[in-house]
Amino acid sequence: MSEAAMPQYSAAPPMDSSRLAAARRFSRKDHFFHRLTQTSALAVLGILVGVMVSLVIGAAPALGTFGFGFLWNESWNPVTGQFGALAPIYGTLLTSAIAMIIAVPIGIGIATFLTELCPPVLRRPVGIAIELLAGVPSIIYGIWGLFVLAPILQTTVQPWLIEIFGSVPVLNSIFAGPPYGIGVLTAGLILAIMVLPFITSVTRDVFDAVPPMLKESAYGLGCTRREVMWKVVLPYARVGVTGGIMLALGRALGETMAVTFVIGNAHRISASILAPGTTISASIANEFTEAVEDIYTSSLISLGLILFIITFIVLALARYMLLRIERKTGG
Amino acid sequence: MNLSVKAIRLLAVGVAAAGFVSAASAAEISGAGATFPYPIYAKWADAYKQISGNSLNYQSIGSGGGIKQITANTVTFGASDKPLTPEELDKAGLAQFPTVMGGVVPVVNLEGINPGDLVLDGPTLADIFLGKITKWDDAAIKKLNPSLTLPSQAIAIVHRSDGSGTSFIFTNYLSKMSKEWADSVGSNTAVQWPTGIGAKGNEGVAANVGQTGGSIGYVEYAYAKQNKLTFTKMVNHDGQTVAPTADAFTAAAAGADWGSAKGFYMILTDQPGAQSWPITAATFIMMQRRPTDQAASIEALKFFDWAYANGDQMASDLDYIPMPDSVVKLIHAYWKESIKGSTGTAIYSGSM
Repeated sequence: MSEAAMPQYSAAPPMDSSRLAAARRFSRKDHFFHRLTQTSALAVLGILVGVMVSLVIGAAPALGTFGFGFLWNESWNPVTGQFGALAPIYGTLLTSAIAMIIAVPIGIGIATFLTELCPPVLRRPVGIAIELLAGVPSIIYGIWGLFVLAPILQTTVQPWLIEIFGSVPVLNSIFAGPPYGIGVLTAGLILAIMVLPFITSVTRDVFDAVPPMLKESAYGLGCTRREVMWKVVLPYARVGVTGGIMLALGRALGETMAVTFVIGNAHRISASILAPGTTISASIANEFTEAVEDIYTSSLISLGLILFIITFIVLALARYMLLRIERKTGG
Repeated sequence: MNLSVKAIRLLAVGVAAAGFVSAASAAEISGAGATFPYPIYAKWADAYKQISGNSLNYQSIGSGGGIKQITANTVTFGASDKPLTPEELDKAGLAQFPTVMGGVVPVVNLEGINPGDLVLDGPTLADIFLGKITKWDDAAIKKLNPSLTLPSQAIAIVHRSDGSGTSFIFTNYLSKMSKEWADSVGSNTAVQWPTGIGAKGNEGVAANVGQTGGSIGYVEYAYAKQNKLTFTKMVNHDGQTVAPTADAFTAAAAGADWGSAKGFYMILTDQPGAQSWPITAATFIMMQRRPTDQAASIEALKFFDWAYANGDQMASDLDYIPMPDSVVKLIHAYWKESIKGSTGTAIYSGSM
């Protein structure tokens, strides 16, 4: 076969033909590569739609029975078959909010320290420690939270909170009740520790990517370190920082095992953040195997659908916020 | 060359034969469900494998999961602490029989109170779990424990967060003891708890009660005993104060009239008898009445038959109460009349 092909090649002008062949070969390869990456990208969309569709099908019986009332009904009663999602939705949003309030400033603080102020000797060990936090499985956080953190909170922090806020009008209902040790606040704290590495790592990397020229110019104008961080580095890196925060928020909203261990798993809404509560993913994890009745199973799947939508809305809002910031500063 | 081909052929025949032999003699029985009887099923399976070569693959995924799996016909048997009613059995085409019994005990964490010191009765326990009694020095608790000095401490309630047969037994008992509980909460493997925190599994309840001062929860007796938890005594149906012991569980089981319980639907809470522990329950096996895989069902029935005949001591060692012989006779008769093959004849009726 090669013997038959050879004379043909030598008959045509040698350079042009082989160049053409090579160009075709490359374009074929490029085309193939294009298709491959395109398929991968579209597959994500396909999977997302598939998840959505199967969730909607699974949730249909419950949503058909309870209608939109499912969203603002607090009752969760497997005996009478009355289900409402308000308590888990509330718990999910509240624990995530507590986690973000704690983790965002600390995470950005750590990143600032690591990139700008940290002595080089400390930089690697602290950085590695932060990244190791991300690698710890969530069940370990759960066990640690239940057996180590909760008793500490129960004997020291919670009685203290209850006492000092006992006479302050609004705060006394936020920090009220018997100190169980576990509850919404404990879950928020665990989540804060769990999402910290996401915020820190991403923020550190984008801070590192800020052009030194910009910072040096600012220093040259007589800015202090704080002003450089606040007015140059942070605005320059805000898209990346927001990305890291959103990644962290996504994890906080969906975290299951660690939260299940420490939140107290009660389908109730309390004003107090020391009281037990529940989240969407904790409810599903706790109850799915035992949900025998169809409506019970379907209600749990509906919770899953709601979590899916909440995550979607949160990410969309974040995108929108970024867009507005871009416009404001760019235009 | 020729020799090695021969050797390979011989080897292949040998492997095939070995595979055939092992397939013929060692069946695997598959089951799934309740976590409460898992230790004893595992122990029985281990002993049974040594004498018969047949192994048991039991997945302890919870009572509700067991009912789900056997209804879907993905396992040979399902296991549940919550029995199905005769109507539910008919609807799903299932047969049901009890294997062992055990007790659920309230456990507390109170300074200076030792196991068995504190006495509670049903209505008081219900009021505690309803959130109506909120302090340990409440008059109702004091009245039952005149000799104890109880602290003026808030009662922290711990219940199961996952669906559980233990919760079913406990809430069933509270429903019998308190009309308010029956009306507002009811009984199920998962209920809408009026108050308290939910912990995952027996170990979760034990851990939370262990570290929370002034708390009360409920666990399987074997669990309370092995973890040396502070269990309470209970006032039973006959007004007697009893401690949770194997004898008290047996006494509760003795009075049960299994013969007239259709489909062995029987919940042993609040049984009469001076010695009876009031929160006692049996755990159940569910099987298809017309199994699609007859051979597998026969193997499963053989296993349980062997366990009834030889497993009593093993059960007692793990703090379970074996079924009395009279009940085993009833179970044999029940197998004969309800689990049948495609030709309509009983597939297995027991050896005893």
